[in-house]
Amino acid sequence: MISQIVSAIGIMVAGVFACALYYWLSDRLLSLALPVPEGNVRQASVNLNRRATVRPWLFLGPALILIAVYLVYPVIATFILSFYDRSGDQYVGLANYRWAFFDQQFRQSIFNNILWLAVVPAACTFFGLVIAVLTDRIWWGNIAKSIIFMPMAISFVGASVIWKFIYEFRGGNETQIGLLNAIVKAIGGDPQIWISLPFWNNFFLMLILIWIQTGFAMVILSAALRGIPEETIEAAVIDGANGWQIFWKIMVPQIWGTIAVVWTTITILVLKVFDIVLTMTNGQWNTMVLANLMFDWMFRGGGDSGRSAVIALVLMAAVTPIMIWNIRQAHRDAEGH
Amino acid sequence: MATATATATANANVSSSSPSMMTRLRRVGLPRLFVHIAVLALVILWLIPTLGILVTSVRDKEQITASGWWTAFSGSTQMQAVRLADPSTQKQEGGRFVISGSVFEGNATGSVSAFGVRVQDPSAFEIGKPADIGDGETLQINQDGSYVYSKGAAFDDKRPKRVYVSVATAPEFTTQNYRDVLTSAGIGQAFVNSLTVAVPATIIPILIAAFAAYALSWMNFPGRALLIAVIVGLIVVPLQMALIPLLTLYNDIGSFFGLPSRSYAGVWLAHSAFGMPLAIYLLRNYISGLPKEIIESARVDGASDFEIFMKIVLPLSFPALASFSIFQFLWTWNDLLVAMVFLGTGKDQLVLTGALNALLGSMGGKWEILTASAFITIIVPILVFFALQRYLVRGLLAGSVKGG
Repeated sequence: MISQIVSAIGIMVAGVFACALYYWLSDRLLSLALPVPEGNVRQASVNLNRRATVRPWLFLGPALILIAVYLVYPVIATFILSFYDRSGDQYVGLANYRWAFFDQQFRQSIFNNILWLAVVPAACTFFGLVIAVLTDRIWWGNIAKSIIFMPMAISFVGASVIWKFIYEFRGGNETQIGLLNAIVKAIGGDPQIWISLPFWNNFFLMLILIWIQTGFAMVILSAALRGIPEETIEAAVIDGANGWQIFWKIMVPQIWGTIAVVWTTITILVLKVFDIVLTMTNGQWNTMVLANLMFDWMFRGGGDSGRSAVIALVLMAAVTPIMIWNIRQAHRDAEGH
Repeated sequence: MATATATATANANVSSSSPSMMTRLRRVGLPRLFVHIAVLALVILWLIPTLGILVTSVRDKEQITASGWWTAFSGSTQMQAVRLADPSTQKQEGGRFVISGSVFEGNATGSVSAFGVRVQDPSAFEIGKPADIGDGETLQINQDGSYVYSKGAAFDDKRPKRVYVSVATAPEFTTQNYRDVLTSAGIGQAFVNSLTVAVPATIIPILIAAFAAYALSWMNFPGRALLIAVIVGLIVVPLQMALIPLLTLYNDIGSFFGLPSRSYAGVWLAHSAFGMPLAIYLLRNYISGLPKEIIESARVDGASDFEIFMKIVLPLSFPALASFSIFQFLWTWNDLLVAMVFLGTGKDQLVLTGALNALLGSMGGKWEILTASAFITIIVPILVFFALQRYLVRGLLAGSVKGG
């Protein structure tokens, strides 16, 4: 264990040093390769120009290589693999897509993903907005915000254990040690095995993600609310608007852009939800989602790269509109500079 | 707010029970009070789940299954049957025969709340007072368990007297669960593995991303706008897209060079690359916003881009670098998928999240193990979160709200 720590630190230091060395050395070499001789003004300016052409690519090099190998190449490779059989050797045309279209579990996953998409971003944004508005009005608001923000630091697996304990069910006459069942029993209901309850179990899983992500929505929306010019609200007060009207007609329209950002960010997160389903149910009891189905097919029966590639592509297709919107947004921002 | 005060007054007039309360309410404002209560309720709601596992993780194994964690602090009362000392130990004290001792055996301690002599009525008598239990016998049991049992004549029973006592057992807290999971459940090893994955995977990408961000902010070259667009687009690419081709690639490289296909280096590079688009985006937002004059004047003074970056841009970008490191650390520490695919699921390779997931499968109902393990898993990111929350918030805002 000790040797592992020491070697990890050693490699880390070496890695950082190697990185720094690369940038320093490549810069040095560039200066040596394209010298700027004194006296020869023409040669000097030509070489300076060449340096200016090459240098950005030296700076960008490592980042671009990483991105190309780990993100761009896989996207293309996955696309190609989706037309091949389980081992990736035999071209099978659209067979994998046909399989997906008729597969019961795939449809179930699509349905569940849509359910997640319909509930989680909306719930997080709603709670986030409500909490942001409420906490902005009280003196201990920042403490409250910190606490609601905290689950963001907790891993999905950790959160799953936390909530599994809340949903814990014990049969017979045993004391219910799960909070939810204890409450249900206290108000006279029958304890349930919540995570295997058909259809509704999805919502119990979603609750975990809502618990984690509301803090994120709250932080962003709270900052946006503070950015609203005071005058607009004062003007509304003078015109006799009540709190409700001020909130819906003055504040919300001014932060639509931020609400959209929060919504889309959580949407992307929801599309990729994996850990929670894996740890809570592993897709049993009709809770399968696309990311888990894909993982399943990656290793099921030795793995089927064709089918899991198709599932990954569906996820990719789902984020593509958001991706385009992001790019356009960033482009507009860049022009505004 | 005029409207708010008006409502407050109206509401306060309806419930005019005590005048001091009413004036107070009018000052605070009922809507304001409502806000306080609502926020408090939300905070409690958000805190309870985590509190549950924290409390459970330090409870005694037996008590976890015996009662809900929310009763942990109140303890529980149990009825016990005990026998007093043997009649042969009786002593004569001023005309009465006395047997004395303690209802607790050996070193056991507890707090007696009531006692009785018949099983039908085990808490018939109060403690601390001599009770007449018939046959001219009196019995006094004190809270600490000591008793005095006396009679006018000599005790002639063959067997010791049986009594029933209600013992309040104090809530029992222990660190045993933590000791167990750290040694036997493999959480200790997993903790080291998590650190081994997360720290280098946080530090390596920073420098790489910062150089790239500088080039994309302050250097002119053809295709810059396109590159930025591609990087922004790649931020949202699902990790799932990368898994199959990369796993194949790793296996090929591994078998070609005779190396294991699953290694820490592989995970570090994967994490660095997956975090790269966001890192470049965040850092570029910040670095391109640095004052133009500083960089221009350095250029005029003959500084090269390399020098400008190292001496001016890097130190000035500290807040953005800190923001990104926190993101990346939380993400790599909390990640399950990348570690599972690229590091493996063997017992020695599991990171904390993976180990916790495995325990959920193998230790289903053993909450003393699960809660302690979960708490060890979440404590590091929570500490990082509270210590560096400022930078985290700043990073979030820079990533989503323009100019925030």
